[in-house]
Amino acid sequence: MKIAVCVKQVPDATVHKRIDPTTKRLDRSGETALNPTDLNAVEEALRIKEAHGGEVVLVSLGPQKALDALRKALAMGADRAVLVADDAAPGSDLLGTARALAGALEREAADLVLFGQSSGDGDGAVLWAAVADRLRRPVISQVASLTAEGGSVTGKRQTEHGYDVITAPLPAVIAVSDAINEPRYPSLKGIMGAKTKPQETLALADVGVDAGAAGEAGAKTVVLELGSPPSRGDQVKIEDDGSAAQKVLDLVVERKLL
Amino acid sequence: MKSLVFLEHYHGALEKGGLGVLGKAASLGEAAGVVLGEGAADVASAAGAFGAAKVYVCDSPELSSPLPQPRVDALATLVGETSPDAVLFGASVLSADVASGLAARLDAGLNWDLTDLSVKDGELVGARPALGDTVIVDVGWKGSPKLGMIRSGALDPVESGGSAEVEPFETTFSDFSTLATLVEQTQEESSGPSIEDADIIVAGGRGLGSPEGFTIIEELAAALGGAVGATRAVVDAGWYPYATQVGQTGKTVSPRLYIACGISGAIQHKVGMQGSGTIVAINKDPNAPIFDFCDIGVVGDLHQIVPKLTELVRSRG
Repeated sequence: MKIAVCVKQVPDATVHKRIDPTTKRLDRSGETALNPTDLNAVEEALRIKEAHGGEVVLVSLGPQKALDALRKALAMGADRAVLVADDAAPGSDLLGTARALAGALEREAADLVLFGQSSGDGDGAVLWAAVADRLRRPVISQVASLTAEGGSVTGKRQTEHGYDVITAPLPAVIAVSDAINEPRYPSLKGIMGAKTKPQETLALADVGVDAGAAGEAGAKTVVLELGSPPSRGDQVKIEDDGSAAQKVLDLVVERKLL
Repeated sequence: MKSLVFLEHYHGALEKGGLGVLGKAASLGEAAGVVLGEGAADVASAAGAFGAAKVYVCDSPELSSPLPQPRVDALATLVGETSPDAVLFGASVLSADVASGLAARLDAGLNWDLTDLSVKDGELVGARPALGDTVIVDVGWKGSPKLGMIRSGALDPVESGGSAEVEPFETTFSDFSTLATLVEQTQEESSGPSIEDADIIVAGGRGLGSPEGFTIIEELAAALGGAVGATRAVVDAGWYPYATQVGQTGKTVSPRLYIACGISGAIQHKVGMQGSGTIVAINKDPNAPIFDFCDIGVVGDLHQIVPKLTELVRSRG
């Protein structure tokens, strides 16, 4: 089975994130990492490949340096990476991103397309449904357990009212929840081998997307203004040195919460 | 401004999330609702009391399961027939996929996680908290319809006492939209004491390490006379019952004290507990998002701190 996993490079969790006041976009100049919940999608793809054979391809949209982040997933065991990188792509909203990914996915013609649960930078958790609509394939999201066999996929997912079990024929698009698995750590051998695995960079034109249909030009949403939210008030930070429990209790008692 | 608001229903009642959005839409102009699926016609008129002048209904068999893609077809049809300026959603597992699919289908802009809507200089503007809610961004749209999804719990329904005209409509379905099928649905009944009324909640997440990790959470909750809460991740993993889940797909709680142990603070959890009076977070990862919106943040090992805190609370008598 050929499995494509859509992944994204995001600012590393240790970087203090800021929005550039000029571009009104997230400042992505610092340390970066693979979007954490994408690791669950990569892990699930590897497990399906291990059970049924096949290939795991990473598909991403981002700057050329996003290949650094993609290498972590190659080190975990993915076979190759396809990155759409184009000067016209920055500033893409949901529509441009879905177009570019769908274009790259059309080329791959994978049986199964996997997404992680959300993007760590923009708190987005919707992309798969737009990509599925463009690909004209069935979609199941928030999947906490997945079986793929006999030409179909079945996923169990949590909703506001309980659990749904949904099945769809392949090819299909699935978004997994972070409860689905524990992602593996790359082995030393995996890390050493990652650099030499095939890594292809494509332009928007290569995936059939006009420059004007992506990036800021193609976006149908705009950021108008940045402001500050009401503060929660003074925050107390405690590094535990053995006395944290006492300090918490003192603060809670002081605030008359007990 | 003319809005169309997607209203979900469950067990014969309209869901609060959509009704809250409907009230806001009605305050900004002309608002219509749309209710899809089995029993749609029976529940639709109730939207009149929450601001809808008109409610469109379609109950084709293809819409009987709570799946997004047939709903994209139905909404695309309705948008074509009624040309609204905006199509608005209250966030939910289902709505997120419907909104995103509709955006792609109509080539229409979608802003999500909005906490408010307003009209400035005749244009719709959304308020969007970003970067762990440390920034509020005003967002807009180019072209129409403008698609917006409102954060769960951000807008409360307001009863205005009006009435709505209910109008059926027909739709056709795309070949791929009906390929996914619901094979089983389990409804989780809440059993045990409800956490929604608790004054104090001690909640555990994946940082507990194992289902057994909840023992120390239960002990602290008992010592404080509070209830136990859990995150979606641990409920999905089978560590703790669904009825205790706090978050977008679980309960929304606002105790005077919320102690979050081993919880990273994902948006899914945050929307269910950010209304709490005082939030204490205990987590070994200093970069966990929860430290951006707690009142008392403790960086350390919860397996050391929580039992110690329990002892201290007990010894107060």
